[in-house]
Amino acid sequence: MNFRSVAELVEIAEMEGLKISEVMVRQEMEVMNRSREEIWQEMGRNLDVMGQAIEKGLSQEERSSSGLSGGDAKRIQKYKETAPILLSGETVLEAVASATAVSEVNAAMGIIVATPTAGACGILPGTIHTTAKKFQLDRDAMIAGLFVSGAIGYCIANNACISGATGGCQAEVGSATAMAAAAVVEMAGGTPSQAAEAVAIALKNMLGLVCDPIAGLVEAPCVKRNAMGAAIAMVAADLALAGVKSIIPTDEVISAMYKIGQEMPVSLRETALGGLAATPTGRALERQIFHNTKES
Amino acid sequence: MKYRTVFDIIGPVMIGPSSSHTAGAARIGRTARTIFGRIPKQIMITLYGSFAKTYRGHGTDIALVGGLLDFDTYDERMPQSLKMAAEAGIHVRFVESEERTEHPNTARIHLSDERGKLEVVGISIGGGKVEIVELNGFELKLSGNAPTLLVLHKDQFGAVADVATILAKHQINIGYMQVARKEKGLEALMSIETDQSLSEELLQEIRQKSGMYAVTLLNN
Repeated sequence: MNFRSVAELVEIAEMEGLKISEVMVRQEMEVMNRSREEIWQEMGRNLDVMGQAIEKGLSQEERSSSGLSGGDAKRIQKYKETAPILLSGETVLEAVASATAVSEVNAAMGIIVATPTAGACGILPGTIHTTAKKFQLDRDAMIAGLFVSGAIGYCIANNACISGATGGCQAEVGSATAMAAAAVVEMAGGTPSQAAEAVAIALKNMLGLVCDPIAGLVEAPCVKRNAMGAAIAMVAADLALAGVKSIIPTDEVISAMYKIGQEMPVSLRETALGGLAATPTGRALERQIFHNTKES
Repeated sequence: MKYRTVFDIIGPVMIGPSSSHTAGAARIGRTARTIFGRIPKQIMITLYGSFAKTYRGHGTDIALVGGLLDFDTYDERMPQSLKMAAEAGIHVRFVESEERTEHPNTARIHLSDERGKLEVVGISIGGGKVEIVELNGFELKLSGNAPTLLVLHKDQFGAVADVATILAKHQINIGYMQVARKEKGLEALMSIETDQSLSEELLQEIRQKSGMYAVTLLNN
């Protein structure tokens, strides 16, 4: 039996005593007619690309050609290592630094994995790598985490949307945050229903978030939204593991996200016509960046 | 279900910065290139909606042309595609349209050379996934999730039977089929989704039948 919603996913997992990652792997094998090894290896390659992007973003100073982004991952990392007291904590800040690193690599036209989109590509690598490190989990546990997030993303993409042009940033960074929260719950030993609660808690805190990139570039505010998405995912996972439940069921939160996206004006859906893109500074930066190319 | 595999969600591996505007654009370009079957001499691309408003920032132009040069989403030559096309003597032109389209990320690609021309409309629906919705003026309704055979052919008797016979001989089952023409006796398009993957040998057999203009395979 295949799942179409988060409720069905949790039901299958609990009825058959499986983890969400295993339900996703089995469905993928059946639908795509591929072997477990093949699928696992392909996801492993995705994980490797994510790891390389984290490393690149934290070690080199990735500057984008516009100059709008780059260098913050290193800055956060250094602060984390030297500040006497961290307000949000070491784990959250590590996820944030790694998410920022990947997002900066993306802005600089480096190689990343779209999860579910490139605009939101930092959140999963940041949270999954950090969680594996804190719990001392192996590579397979991270791959399993990616399958959990894939299962949640599959439900969101098929019942709502995952592109900023269709649903705003809530559909991109919001979806990635929800996907990451579920992955981290399973990696931390939580149940499938706790993972589903984490999805609802994370996504409801992203509802209404508009897509308003300055100069139309996937840089500002995208990189910082990846950073905060990673933080929200970690905290949402903690809440779910603590037993906090969403009043509105997960699938209804997802459909609320979709409807909000449909009601969002075009100016706030990846057109660079509204929001931060339309502020005096946003406009000035746009003119500065495209000054030489706009008329070409 | 528009998204069928987990790798539509966790993937593709790609050059940044946008899955819809960069990776998706590259895939639309590459699909158009596959249908055209060779490097075009002239490329004219009309961009609509969010594509029209933000293509420079996202490198959509670079990615579309990269795809037309047959680059995959993760090809590190991507950032140089416009330069490479110019060096190869390909004339590239972009048009920003104000026209409202059904989908915000829409590109109309017109390709031509001395041997022929092709017009493809593609949409990028998110996460790098794309759909081809129009080919030479024919509206396509494809799921995008099954091997898809596109056959541009002369509108004449026996064309459909020829293709169906070859598919049957190779034990290929048709899941969906659409046949359209604009005017009697002129160009027609068969779009066929199949349950099994198709071989190059099968495509060659179809190409050898009379009246077949272009035979292309997508999502195999």
